Amino acid sequence: MKVVLQNLTKKFPGRGKEKKDVIAVNNFNFEIPDGTLVGLLGPSGCGKSTTLNLLSGLQTPTEGKIFFGEDDVTHLPAENRGIGLVFQNYALYPHLTVEQNIMFPLQNLKGDKKLTKAAMQEKALEAAKMVQIDGLMDRKPAELSGGQQQRVAIARALVKMPNLLLLDEPLSNLDARLRLQTREEIRRIQRETGITTVFVTHDQEEAMSISDMIVVMKDGVINQIGKPQEVYDEPINLFVAKFLGTPSINVFTGKIAGGKLYIGEDAVMDVPNVSDRDVYVGIRPEGFVLSESGAFTCDLVGVEVMGRDISVISKNAASEGESIRSIISSENVVDTSKKTVRFDIKPNKLFVFDKETEERIEF
Amino acid sequence: MEKRNLKGWLYLLPAIVFLGFFMVYPLIDVFIYSFEEGYNSASQTFFGVGTYNYSYVLRDPYFLQALKNTFILVIITVPLSTGLALLISAGLSSIKKVRNLFQTVYFLPYVTNTLAVGLVFMILFKQTDYTEGLVNLIINFFGGSSVDFIGGPYWAKMFVLCLYTIWVVMPFKILVLTSALASVNQDYYNAARIDGTSRMRIFTKITLPMISPTLFYLIITGFIGAFKAYSDAVALFGTELNAAEMNTIVGYIYDMLYGEGGGYPSYASAAAIILFAIVLTITVINLLISRKHVHY
Repeated sequence: MKVVLQNLTKKFPGRGKEKKDVIAVNNFNFEIPDGTLVGLLGPSGCGKSTTLNLLSGLQTPTEGKIFFGEDDVTHLPAENRGIGLVFQNYALYPHLTVEQNIMFPLQNLKGDKKLTKAAMQEKALEAAKMVQIDGLMDRKPAELSGGQQQRVAIARALVKMPNLLLLDEPLSNLDARLRLQTREEIRRIQRETGITTVFVTHDQEEAMSISDMIVVMKDGVINQIGKPQEVYDEPINLFVAKFLGTPSINVFTGKIAGGKLYIGEDAVMDVPNVSDRDVYVGIRPEGFVLSESGAFTCDLVGVEVMGRDISVISKNAASEGESIRSIISSENVVDTSKKTVRFDIKPNKLFVFDKETEERIEF
Repeated sequence: MEKRNLKGWLYLLPAIVFLGFFMVYPLIDVFIYSFEEGYNSASQTFFGVGTYNYSYVLRDPYFLQALKNTFILVIITVPLSTGLALLISAGLSSIKKVRNLFQTVYFLPYVTNTLAVGLVFMILFKQTDYTEGLVNLIINFFGGSSVDFIGGPYWAKMFVLCLYTIWVVMPFKILVLTSALASVNQDYYNAARIDGTSRMRIFTKITLPMISPTLFYLIITGFIGAFKAYSDAVALFGTELNAAEMNTIVGYIYDMLYGEGGGYPSYASAAAIILFAIVLTITVINLLISRKHVHY
């Protein structure tokens, strides 16, 4: 089922002296294609959880519409939307066993949809098998590890075969190793069931690695929507460029003058079709190439060897960050006795943003 | 090792001495008294040892009356007050606007003196030369005839006593239950809503199990409190409770010690031990039942 958001806005009444409304979600317009996995990505407080709550029906929008398929569900209460929601803290009922937890949504069915107990148990087992917890059916949630609880929560959301699955920060309560494993698991389950899935995260790596499409948000406004790689390669503004990628992008102040792009005093690139102005320059860590005759000179601070690559730490007066981190192949040798290091910049890893608007300038 | 033990005991000493003198010793003493026949507290003498005190008490019509009254009181007031408190606190939790006001109103009886509440009940129920009492006036208004709630038939007096007890014990229960309800994580309700759970099912399958430890605590203390009822009866019917047929077990014990025709510490002790046995049995039954239904 595809999901369409149309001019979706949610305001919360302000509490402070000024009583200014807080706009958590500001005029959202996008379409989630059927059967895709979409990541809502943004720093905390950007409105991603509110968006999820609007989709689930736990909150109603101030303005705008939500469509599930062709149906307008804007004012349909949560219980009638047929969605599955996995809470950040899982919200498993502590007094019920795993099996009872998974069966809970089925027991609510009424009328024609009502199932016999045997049918419910069968469905619960099916869902449990999908997330590989079928051996734990008699346990209470408190007797499970965080990762297992997470799986139970997903099984409970899946058991009634929702037409939309929502995951609120699904991995934030798991340790690093489990996080990797579980995100692949989520991807696999989503592929197997083909259920349109939306998940919320502040972790860009998480969003990039499993989503078909990511929605990057900031302060209640959508900044960019697209396939993860596209958004990474073509960020439309400084925020998106900074938010995606680990290690994060290196930002410099610079200027465009006479068709050349300057970082500090170094002219690093020709930009013939752009008028003169002050800019921010973003260079991805992998955008640096060591070169004796390189155009961009930095003060060498140190080298970290990480096996496959090495990361060169350097400083530059024009850098916005404390230091510059560049990642190059470990086949290169960096002479650490030298005080400076020179780079060539890969053009497709360098982005120029207007200093005022922070919007990307194409060149 | 020895030294460390000694230090530990030393720390515990004040509490042990205090509890020993004022709790353990009297308890043992009561137990001993209850088996000493014809104990005289002035001369500190008794005739013999045996179960006569128990058989006397258990055949004493005043005790049987008190036992009956206490049981009726317990059976009616504990479920009713707990149930009503649950309803009211569930109601309070679902409103937002004037919740604090109502919470205060419901809590007022708790900070009001028992005897002051008794006085209010007198105005409501007592017939005097000048007025029939507020409740009777209402009954009269609807065409009924007056009932003497304070000095009249047994059922009328019991009704007032139960009402009074419920009225007095409910505020505390409402307070405790409201905070228990508030501490249930909202996500459980949201999860249930998304799964299309009916309100009734949410209440029975989620809310009740979640607050079951609190509910269980209230039921146990409710039982114990109701078995120990005394001041309520005094507030309504005065100190001549035997004459009013409104005595309770604790009232009987008091009368046996200090009341008119009192001075029988052996009978009082036996009655106290019987009360203890009853409360213990009920509490154990409660605990056994709770194993299945209370989720910690």
